[in-house]
Amino acid sequence: MQVTRRQFFRICAAGVGSSSLAALGFAPGEALAEVRAFKLARTTETRNTCPYCSVGCGLLMYSLGDNAKNTRGKIIHVEGDPDHPVNRGTLCPKGAGLLDFVNSPHRLQYPQYRAPGSKEWTRISWDDAFSRIARLMKDDRDKHFIAKNDKGETVNRWLSTGFLAASASSNETGYLTYKVVRSMGILGFDNQARV
Amino acid sequence: MTNHWVDIKNTDLVLIMGGNAAEAHPCGFKWVTEAKAHRKARLIVVDPRFTRSAAMSDFYAPIRAGSDIAFLGGVINYLLGHDRIHHEYVKHYTDFSFLVKDEFAFANGLFTGYDAEKRKYDKSSWGYQIGDDGYVRVDPTLQNPRCVYQLMKAHYSRYTPEMVATICGTPKEAFLKVCAAIADTAAPDKTMTIMYALGWTQHSVGSQMIRTGAMVQLLLGNIGVAGGGMNALRGHSNIQGLTDLGLLSNLMPGYLTLPNDAEQDYAAYVGKRTLKPLRPGQLSYWQNYPRFHVSLMKAWFGDAVTADNNWGYDWLPKLDKGYDLMQMFEDMGQGKVNGYVCQGFNPLGSAPCKVKVSNSLSKLKFMVVIDPLVTETSEFWQNHGEYNDVDPAKIQTEVFRLPSTCFAEENGSLINSGRWLQWHWKAAEPPAETLSDQEIMAGIFLRVRALYQKEGGAFPDPILNVAWKYKIPSFPSPEELAREFSGKALKDVTDPKDPGRVLVKAGEQLSGFADLRDDGSTSCGCWLFAGSWSEKGNLMARRDNADPYGVGQTLNWAYAWPANRRILYNRASCDPSGKPYDPTRAIVAWDAAAGKWGGADVPDFKIDSAPQDGMNPFIMNPEGVARFFAVDAMAEGPFPEHYEPFETPLAVNPLSPKNPEVRSNPAARVFKDIWPTLGKPDAFPYVCTTYRLTEHFHFWTQHVRLDAILQPEQFVEIGEELAKEKGIKAGDHVRVKSSHGFIVAVAVVTKRLKALTIDGRKTHTVGVPIHWGFMGLTRNGYIANTLTPYVADANSQTPEFKAFLVNLEKV
Amino acid sequence: MALQSLDIKARSATTTPPPDVRARGAVPVAKLIDISKCIGCKACQVACMEWNDLRDEVGTNAGTYDNPRDLTAQSWTVMRFSEVEVEQDRLEWLIRKDGCMHCADPGCLKACPAPGAIVQYANGIVDFHEEHCIGCGYCITGCPFNIPRISQKDSKAYKCTLCSDRVAIGLEPACIKTCPTGALVFGTKDDMVLHAEGRIADLKERGYSHAALYDPKGVGGTHVMYVLQHGDKPELYANLPRDPSISPLVSLWKGVTKPLMSFGLGLAVFAGFFHYVTAGPKEVEEEEKTD
Repeated sequence: MQVTRRQFFRICAAGVGSSSLAALGFAPGEALAEVRAFKLARTTETRNTCPYCSVGCGLLMYSLGDNAKNTRGKIIHVEGDPDHPVNRGTLCPKGAGLLDFVNSPHRLQYPQYRAPGSKEWTRISWDDAFSRIARLMKDDRDKHFIAKNDKGETVNRWLSTGFLAASASSNETGYLTYKVVRSMGILGFDNQARV
Repeated sequence: MTNHWVDIKNTDLVLIMGGNAAEAHPCGFKWVTEAKAHRKARLIVVDPRFTRSAAMSDFYAPIRAGSDIAFLGGVINYLLGHDRIHHEYVKHYTDFSFLVKDEFAFANGLFTGYDAEKRKYDKSSWGYQIGDDGYVRVDPTLQNPRCVYQLMKAHYSRYTPEMVATICGTPKEAFLKVCAAIADTAAPDKTMTIMYALGWTQHSVGSQMIRTGAMVQLLLGNIGVAGGGMNALRGHSNIQGLTDLGLLSNLMPGYLTLPNDAEQDYAAYVGKRTLKPLRPGQLSYWQNYPRFHVSLMKAWFGDAVTADNNWGYDWLPKLDKGYDLMQMFEDMGQGKVNGYVCQGFNPLGSAPCKVKVSNSLSKLKFMVVIDPLVTETSEFWQNHGEYNDVDPAKIQTEVFRLPSTCFAEENGSLINSGRWLQWHWKAAEPPAETLSDQEIMAGIFLRVRALYQKEGGAFPDPILNVAWKYKIPSFPSPEELAREFSGKALKDVTDPKDPGRVLVKAGEQLSGFADLRDDGSTSCGCWLFAGSWSEKGNLMARRDNADPYGVGQTLNWAYAWPANRRILYNRASCDPSGKPYDPTRAIVAWDAAAGKWGGADVPDFKIDSAPQDGMNPFIMNPEGVARFFAVDAMAEGPFPEHYEPFETPLAVNPLSPKNPEVRSNPAARVFKDIWPTLGKPDAFPYVCTTYRLTEHFHFWTQHVRLDAILQPEQFVEIGEELAKEKGIKAGDHVRVKSSHGFIVAVAVVTKRLKALTIDGRKTHTVGVPIHWGFMGLTRNGYIANTLTPYVADANSQTPEFKAFLVNLEKV
Repeated sequence: MALQSLDIKARSATTTPPPDVRARGAVPVAKLIDISKCIGCKACQVACMEWNDLRDEVGTNAGTYDNPRDLTAQSWTVMRFSEVEVEQDRLEWLIRKDGCMHCADPGCLKACPAPGAIVQYANGIVDFHEEHCIGCGYCITGCPFNIPRISQKDSKAYKCTLCSDRVAIGLEPACIKTCPTGALVFGTKDDMVLHAEGRIADLKERGYSHAALYDPKGVGGTHVMYVLQHGDKPELYANLPRDPSISPLVSLWKGVTKPLMSFGLGLAVFAGFFHYVTAGPKEVEEEEKTD
């Protein structure tokens, strides 16, 4: 076995380090091994479903605090639900990373508005947003609504505004969205299943 | 999925084709590994790329993107030619013996009735011979040349192994090896599952690819059995539910369909959809259409709809054509659309031909984006350098960006591919001013309605009459909405056989769609979901994972539509006498003593119909049997035929080389301006296909640090041979150019993409993963759909993302 | 609390023997990595980072699927992708999850000069306790698998803990739990060897006649083992060492320098040691280059 001078130096250093440090008072008693504290001990556990693909994996979401009045729960960890018949606790790289989706720095925070020709967003209130959108929709609908076609048949449709529904919103959202969109007579209505 | 994720463990053979489950659905793919481990199942992968699924396979066969019908047609030819089919099953449970009209024919790649100018078929010849008794004529001997079996055999006799090799590039030996393995599952105690996804849907002949797969499964008797089925692996967590709920241009909840202009009369509308049995003794479940329809209208409009106003029939918008996403962007480009709302949808990334989408959005007067994240669509007007090179000053669109909650911050249900409605619970408060989607929809709607109440306006009736009896009108709760779509009795619902007996009291939740009535006494927002929230409570929230029969049917976990059935058509798992074909995988059986069907699953059948009554398993079809002959249901014809992608390396369709009309799908809608934009092989010699990576989800996880770390930068995949030809090394930057635009990305040079010999010529494939954009935590990249053509499937109008042409150069 | 379930078997640079009265209630555990089931999805990488509160840099693509490209102080496990054709025209995509093997005879612990910085528990987990780490990098020299990494941020060594905090309370490690295909399995070492036998029989039935368990004896066996389709060619799997053993440097120290040191090298070398502590590993590498 070839050992260079430098290597030998390192070997010796290691040897001295070990024994001598111990002898000089870095006693093992002070170097007690302790694993990292288990971080979920008293977090609140909530059952959920992964929002990505259609396997529908069960999730356990852990949030800070015990839901007491004076706490604001923040999700600090997500893992698979072992009771779930399909994923049995497993999660793929997307599901396993959901913590960073929920807490993404790219989550929108408040309503924003971009004026025609503008290069920037401005912050607006929900009330302003809803009122302005409702005004635009009603004006467009009133102007372009088609009650009868060329043959005089009743068709009651609104084609100049369209709606793309989501891919991961709940059935409850989807059902309410359906009621709202179709009641206005919109036909240009699709969800992500189309593409 | 006809079956569900866990059921995959019951299979003997897995065919992954038109999908890449290991990549896109890893946790569902585990049930493939379970079948391999515990049943010695084999996995076959047929794909243009040696995928992550292929890496797990026992056998991999390469195929050119877009040629799957040729491959599967070849399988049908093999099965019929070698007579490797499940004889009893096809004879009793399919239309094998049905006689087809004499006028129906196929020649030169076209079925009868083609109108080249309209690119549409007159489908009047695509039908059965109907006897004097009103039923379809049949020939149980299968000798009549007009029976479906004989017609099908003739049609697919052209799909020889040599033809498959010519079109698909799959070596003959590899193809025959796949055929032999598939044919083994024709045995009554063997089965195969087919797992597919967007690799089949995203073609101009996507729907027919899926149909061809289903035909293979029917020939083998693999539909309705444990471990079998046609299993569509949906790409998103709730596009199943949103489709079930009718959020598509032509649909209403529960696959009820909107009327078209000509359907001015309610009775005719509903009568046309109330399908009468086409064979004696069949159930034809759509006979209940009026019950589903009236109950929906009652849920939607409440007391405002009655028999007197035809349950609000005139309030339904009528269709003169489809208004799918691509039609809308076409119309938008022509200045016919002023407003657009994108709720959790990023069309700048997801729709074909980015430049067209961008130009179209620029013509809007206003756009509303509702999303938890900063999407590319919400910034389509903003200059993001080379990745989105637009001039904001020239874009006059008003844009609203509204922050919505994500799954973690709400209660509600999602439907997975196995049709399970699963309830989830809120785990945290949303950030800052974020509102739930329900609050946002209510916020917009209530203000629009208030304006109509105040000002009047164009046909306000349906808007004013929407039932909105939510306790907090500005925030309809998920629980209220779930109860509403599940349905309740408005008056006492009585037993038709014993009118004195009340089945459901007024005000109570219904127990299922059997309780629905067409007289306005029941309200149900989606008949398929009826019973999901019954008087027993929220069944979607059930969490008992017991599997008492050991075949993976956890009936008390969540709720599956319809009626909590886990495997569709499960009556077909039994022989005509009601005995399971494979007792080791029994899911239902006829219990003569009890006089009903029962077992591990909820029977998908009339529960007390004895085998000798002759009712057949496919109860949603008026024939009672499954269709090889699609009658008039498909745009291109009753039998799937291979047509080339719209951008193809071939000059002709090798199956009909003399007819230029049928190189690509003759019935696909192509907008006039699109024809000249389609790429030709002289300028764009390589086949290109787009796809997902397992490390990312669509355009979401570019915003997720943990996933950005795993795949930080846009890349494209190139085979070693092509890379050598072009002098490209792994890690070089390359420009991939199509007729529609270009992207620049890092080259991954791989053995997993091999050149194929197509029609005698070497053909390379370039792979382009999606996922990157200009707003993520990942490195900025080009939208992959910059490259894709603006063409789509003729039935579903799903874009052709999976097969188009590109060229390639080192940057 | 934790110590009750994770009794200590060995501690770095410590001559005092650990308490040894308990009947070793903690049975040896093991992680089995079945490469024939691994799809390289990197869920384990994410679960590892998420659980351990690590976030590596968003890097670049170097023309491969490997990302992050190597182990770092923030990435304690990475997938290594290899495209091989062992048989003509039969492509295989072999994907190996790389990370600490938790050797029964851990070279890192033997080499470590800092008392209590590396600990081996009775259940076989080899854990780094960074609060005692002096950043000398000896653990890297001692490791036959090139696993530990020194953080640029705090100059301390990091690597997989086998989620000792989870195992201590009776849970499986985060990577094991998340693995979608069941390529990762966790249990007692005996059970994992049994499980591997079943997997190997299955692989042999599918034509992998050299399928084998990787549990190298040169390091006393490992608490992280692989099922390899090609057990006869471990180097196919991104150069998995065929016959790993602890660096001779560490053996030398153990066999020769330890008695020598007590007499001779004493203080002079001690100064050298503190040079490492203060200057950090980077400079050590530079020094080595000048040799």
